[in-house]
Order: sequence, then structure tokens, then C-alpha cells
Amino acid sequence: MLKKWHLALFSVLLIALLAACGDDESSDNNSDSDGDITIKYWQYEFASKVNLMDELIEEFEEANPGIKVEQTTFPYDNYNEQVAAQVPAGKGPDVINLFYGWVPSYVDAGYLQPLPQEDFPHDQIEDEFFPLVEATKMDGEYWTIPTAVRTAALFYNKDLFEEAGLDPNSPPETWDELADYAVQLTKKNGDRIEQSGLAWEPAQQGHHWLRDGLTLQAGGQVLSDDRKNVLWGDSDAGLEAFEYWLSFPTDLGTSEQGFYTDDVTAFVTEKAAMNIDGSFRIGTLQNDAPDLNYAVAPMPGKDQKSTNASFWTNGITKDVEGEKLEASVKFLNFLTSEDVMERWLDATGELPAKEAVAMQDKYVADEIYGAFINSLPFANAHFFVDETKERDLVIDAANKVLLEGMDKEEAFNELVEKTQALYDDYWSDK
Amino acid sequence: MTNKTSTSNKQTKEQKVSLFQKIRGNHKHQQYLFVYICLLLPIIFFLGIRILPTLFTFNVGFRDWNLLSSGPHPFVGLENYVALIKDEVFIKSVVNTIVYIVFGVFGQLLFGIIVALLLHKINRFVGFFRVIYFIPYVTSIVAISWVFQWILMGNGVINDLLINLGLPPQPFLNSPDQAIYVIIGAMIWQAIGFQMVLFLAGLENIPQMLYEAADIDGATPWQKFWHVTVPLLNPTIVFSAVIGTINFIQVSFTQVMNMSVDGSGGPLNSTITVVVYIYQLAFRQFDLGLASAATVLLFLFILALTLFQMKVLTRKFDY
Repeated sequence: MLKKWHLALFSVLLIALLAACGDDESSDNNSDSDGDITIKYWQYEFASKVNLMDELIEEFEEANPGIKVEQTTFPYDNYNEQVAAQVPAGKGPDVINLFYGWVPSYVDAGYLQPLPQEDFPHDQIEDEFFPLVEATKMDGEYWTIPTAVRTAALFYNKDLFEEAGLDPNSPPETWDELADYAVQLTKKNGDRIEQSGLAWEPAQQGHHWLRDGLTLQAGGQVLSDDRKNVLWGDSDAGLEAFEYWLSFPTDLGTSEQGFYTDDVTAFVTEKAAMNIDGSFRIGTLQNDAPDLNYAVAPMPGKDQKSTNASFWTNGITKDVEGEKLEASVKFLNFLTSEDVMERWLDATGELPAKEAVAMQDKYVADEIYGAFINSLPFANAHFFVDETKERDLVIDAANKVLLEGMDKEEAFNELVEKTQALYDDYWSDK
Repeated sequence: MTNKTSTSNKQTKEQKVSLFQKIRGNHKHQQYLFVYICLLLPIIFFLGIRILPTLFTFNVGFRDWNLLSSGPHPFVGLENYVALIKDEVFIKSVVNTIVYIVFGVFGQLLFGIIVALLLHKINRFVGFFRVIYFIPYVTSIVAISWVFQWILMGNGVINDLLINLGLPPQPFLNSPDQAIYVIIGAMIWQAIGFQMVLFLAGLENIPQMLYEAADIDGATPWQKFWHVTVPLLNPTIVFSAVIGTINFIQVSFTQVMNMSVDGSGGPLNSTITVVVYIYQLAFRQFDLGLASAATVLLFLFILALTLFQMKVLTRKFDY
């Protein structure tokens, strides 16, 4: 009797295992028993965004009976892996939140569909949104649309300013002032930096600062308007920016790569007096260092003003059609509504993507957000064909100068050449 | 009771016995069936999770396969392999992997044997020391990596010490020349505990009488170690070397991701390993074709290395 019981148990287990291996078609249905349409929304795990989105989804569902939205989140570090892993299984999202720098790869792979022009007319987007959203306009189509954008600015520690005899209410505004302040704020013991005047980390925001900040400020251009040619090295401005950028860890001796592991840690622990960072860092600072006495100023400029902008943006995946597409469009329209943009700023610290919403007096005059909002009109979001590789090229160029003693001009030329090769490769099969 | 039923069954229907009835009817057969079913489940799992994906990797390696596209993945022959061989970062990662294995495995074995020999000699606090040496092995690699980063950074404890001793501060993880050895050092430190356990077991298996015989012959401690301990530890050394090598190829991922300055094998790719590069190709650049080709090369590399180790390190011995 006992043996029969065993046999039965194992047959059940075996069947269960085989069943688990088989395709589970039923869970892939578009609508559930009530005839409701369910759309799947994916974003990365960031507590304040996830919580706000839960609230927003509830409101959206109330306003649009018959549509259900299901939110799924993944940690930032393996977001791309998770998305990629679900593609072959055909279980991906309908509406997906992506970093703008990844969008070209996703478009290239045929993962997204262009936003329907009747619902998102181009002239309306270009009229209402900041021009930087054009970074995800490709082949004459807008592929994604953001709720919010972020800009980079100068974070500085007021206490350390006072300690060094600098006025905490007049932060540096030009390249020369920034260099001068950095020197004054640096404390050294022999050759060793004990307090860094300016945190300097190419792997973090440093490469954005170089590309969208310094190069444009010096009057240069990184990419041609058709996004095919790297113009970085065409004028002297590119090299000038590169040399200025590298002067902090070299000639000025105010900065060090990996100083207290990274720029954010160094700034939070008051080991670095200034840092170039994005508006998205404010939440971190409020949580991790509530007592840090800091302020934010627009990024110091030179001949022109410019700063880096970036954004997370929403697209619709390619197989969405019919009723589901209609629902997705409705959801996207809701996410890019003015009301949601305002609440997004309050909850996450990301800035409204529409000019009319962002430039309201209450935001422009805000003590913390003011500097970021005021930078929006001259903010630039570089069009990446491959964000990881372009970042690595900048890091390598810096390391060749800093660690291998390569000539700055030679390293810069190599950087330009290798970046161009990436673009040539990208456009070769278009 | 089962026995009784089955025997009575057998007696009544002895003429027409199909295989099924035979199995059902015979207690011994039933037992076998039970065992085979138990063994079958892991085999199904093993086939589905290990073997089939491995074989599939070979297929993917010959295709132009973008991870994000569900569309056709055209066959491109050896193109991925050619691209890899021309790719200087891949070559660098292979060279680095060899450096990791040669220095790392050798260091692991050496320190593992030393610690095991010392622990074998003492009689007091044995448990205490074993725990101390084993703790790093069961500690999170990520935590250890970050602690090392803090200790070794420009303003870290080690550099403070160096300066106090009048020596120049070192860049450690920020230097393309030093970083890889620093990471290997951390990996060795973490693996000593595991090797120690293996070697302690090996040492305990060596009969005491051999040492007594050597004593009578007037052997020095070094002669005893070299002519008695080492040959008899040989199976343990081979096992440790093979396991250590495979383990090193695997864990060099987590350590490198967490200890290298840019989190991806820097500075200047000086610490990148094949596994880290495969990960970058697949999940940062979405090129599954290239990543699979690299995985196949890694597979062949591990296979060749293991065969080599078995051939060279295994020697017959008897007492």
C-alpha cells in the first residue's frame, strides 16, 4: 500500500513539473473575465516613484472604468536584464519606462512602436515640452514621452564654504571661479587630499558634465544635427573643455578619482565641498544626510550656459494594438498631464517636462529646485547610440591621462575617434 | 502487508504477466521503480536547466542575436568568433582571467595548505581557529568587497599606515597595475577557509605510521613534508585545484563588479574577466550572439584547463 502511495505522489509531482514547463497561455490574455482591459506598466524600483505610481494608477482606473493597470518594478541595476529576459517569453510590458539613453537600442531592436501621431501630434509635443525630449525622436517619429526630466547643477556645502572664508550665498558662476573656489576649498597633507574642493567622478555624472556641460559652454558641439558625425574635435572648444575638466585632478590638484569611493559618498560625508550632480540626488541627500547644510547653484558656465539633462521616459511596446493600444495611449496622456507633472515633482523631485508647468513662479523661486528649473531652458540631453560604451570611452580617456600619463590632446583625439566609430557602426545598417 | 498482497497477486495471475503487472506485483521491482523515479526528477531538472541551455548557447553563438528583438536572428557563421578574436577588450579579459587563475589558485592552495598544516599541529583552540579562518568564506562577497574598497582607498587605513611608516601611499584599486592583484588577494583571503577544510580532511587521511617510519629512517621535517605529505595529499590538491579554478572563474564576477573602480572591470579594463565581459556584452550591449560565442570559448577553455589539470597533477601513489 505504501508503495502505491509513493507512486501516486511522484506521478503528481512529475505532472506538475511537466505542466510548469509547458506554455501558460491563459495568463497572457488581454482581458479578464469582466471584459476589463489590463495594461502592464514597468518601471524601475525607486520607492517614491513606485508609491506615487500606485496612487496615480488608482485614480486613473477610477476615471477610466474598464481599464486596469498593473505595475511591475525591477531594481535599477538589472532593469535591462529583466526586460531582456522577458522578451523571448513574450511576457513583456505594454507601457514601459526607460532611461532616454537606452531608447535608441530599444528602437533599434524593434522593441517599441512609435507614439501614434493622432494622439501625440509632433507640433504639440515640440510646442509644450522642453526641446530636450527630442533626444528620443528618431526616424521622424517620437518613440517615447516623459513625465519629468532632471538637470545637473552644482551642489555645494555651505559650512565648508564658510570655513574656507567663502560666501555661501555667492557660489561660483564661471569656469575660473569654479577652479578658484575648488582650490580654496581643498585641504591637503603633502600630496594627499584630505578634503576635495570638487568631487570628480567620470563614471558618475562626470562624463555628462563634460559632454553636455563644459563642451557646449566653451562653444563646441559634440554631435552634428543629423546625429551622424561627432564634431567634438572639430573646434578647439572640445579640447579646451576636456583639458579644463581634467585640470581638477591634475594641475589644480583639487580632486581625485575614487575619493572616498565616489562623489556622492564624499559629498555626503563632507569630504568634498562641491559636486556636479543631478536633481535626482536631492531625495538621497534628504534621506541619507538630513543635517547636511548644502545649497544648489546652476552649473558654472563660460561663453555660454549649458547643463546636462536626462530623463526617464514612457514608450509603448510593439505588439500592443486595438483596445489595448487605446488604453495605453490614455494612460500615457494621463501620465503626461499637467497635474501629474506637478505631483511628480513634489513626490520624486523630478522636474516637469512641460515648459509651462515647470516655469511657474513657485518652482522657479524654490530654494532647492530653483537652480535646476532655471537650468532647464539651456539644458541639453546628448543623443546616445550606446550609453554604456560612450561613458566607458570618456572614463578610459580620463584614465589614460591620469594613470598612464598620456598627453591630453592625444587622449581626447582617441576619444573622439572611438566615439565616431560607435556612431558609424550604429548608422551603418540604417 | 504489502509483501503479502503482492505475493498472493503473483500466485493467482502467474500466466499472463505484462511488464506493468510484473512491476506492480514484485516488491523488489517496486523498490527499483521508486528509486528510478527519484533519480529521474533531478535528471529532468538537470537536462532542462543545464544541458539544453548549454547546447542552445552554441546555436546562439552562430547568430546575429539582439537580446531585445524577438524578430529573426540570422545565421552569421563564425562572424561572432572572428569579432571576439579581434576585440582587444576580449583578449584583455582572457589574459586577465588566466592571471586570476594562476595567481589566485596557486595562492589559495599555498595558504590553504599552510593554514591546514598549522592547524593540524595544534591541540588547543582548534575549533576556534577553524571558525576564524572559515568565517570569510561564508561572508557575503559584496560586503567584503566594499570593506576592502574602504580600507584600500586613497584616504583609507592602509595608506594611513604606509604614511606613518614613511612609505609612499599606494593607489591600489585605482591603479591599472595593482588593482588586479588586490582583487586576487581579497579572493584568496576569502577562499582560504574552504581550502583549509579540504586539506585538513586530506591530512587526517594520511596514516600516522608513515611518519613514524620516516622518523626511524631519520627524515627531516622538510623531507617528511615533501616525500610523505605532498604525494599523499595529491588527490586533494588535484581536487582543490580543479574546484578552485572553476570557482575562481565564477566568483571573479562578483568581486570584480564590486571592487573595480567603475564597477565594470576598470581602471582601463585592467581587472575585467571573461565572465564580466560576457555579462556586459549580453546585458549592457544586448548582443547575445557575441556573448554566447564568448561563453562557448569560455566553456572550451574550462574544459581544456580541467583536462590539463587532471593529466598533469594526477599521479598514482600507493602506501
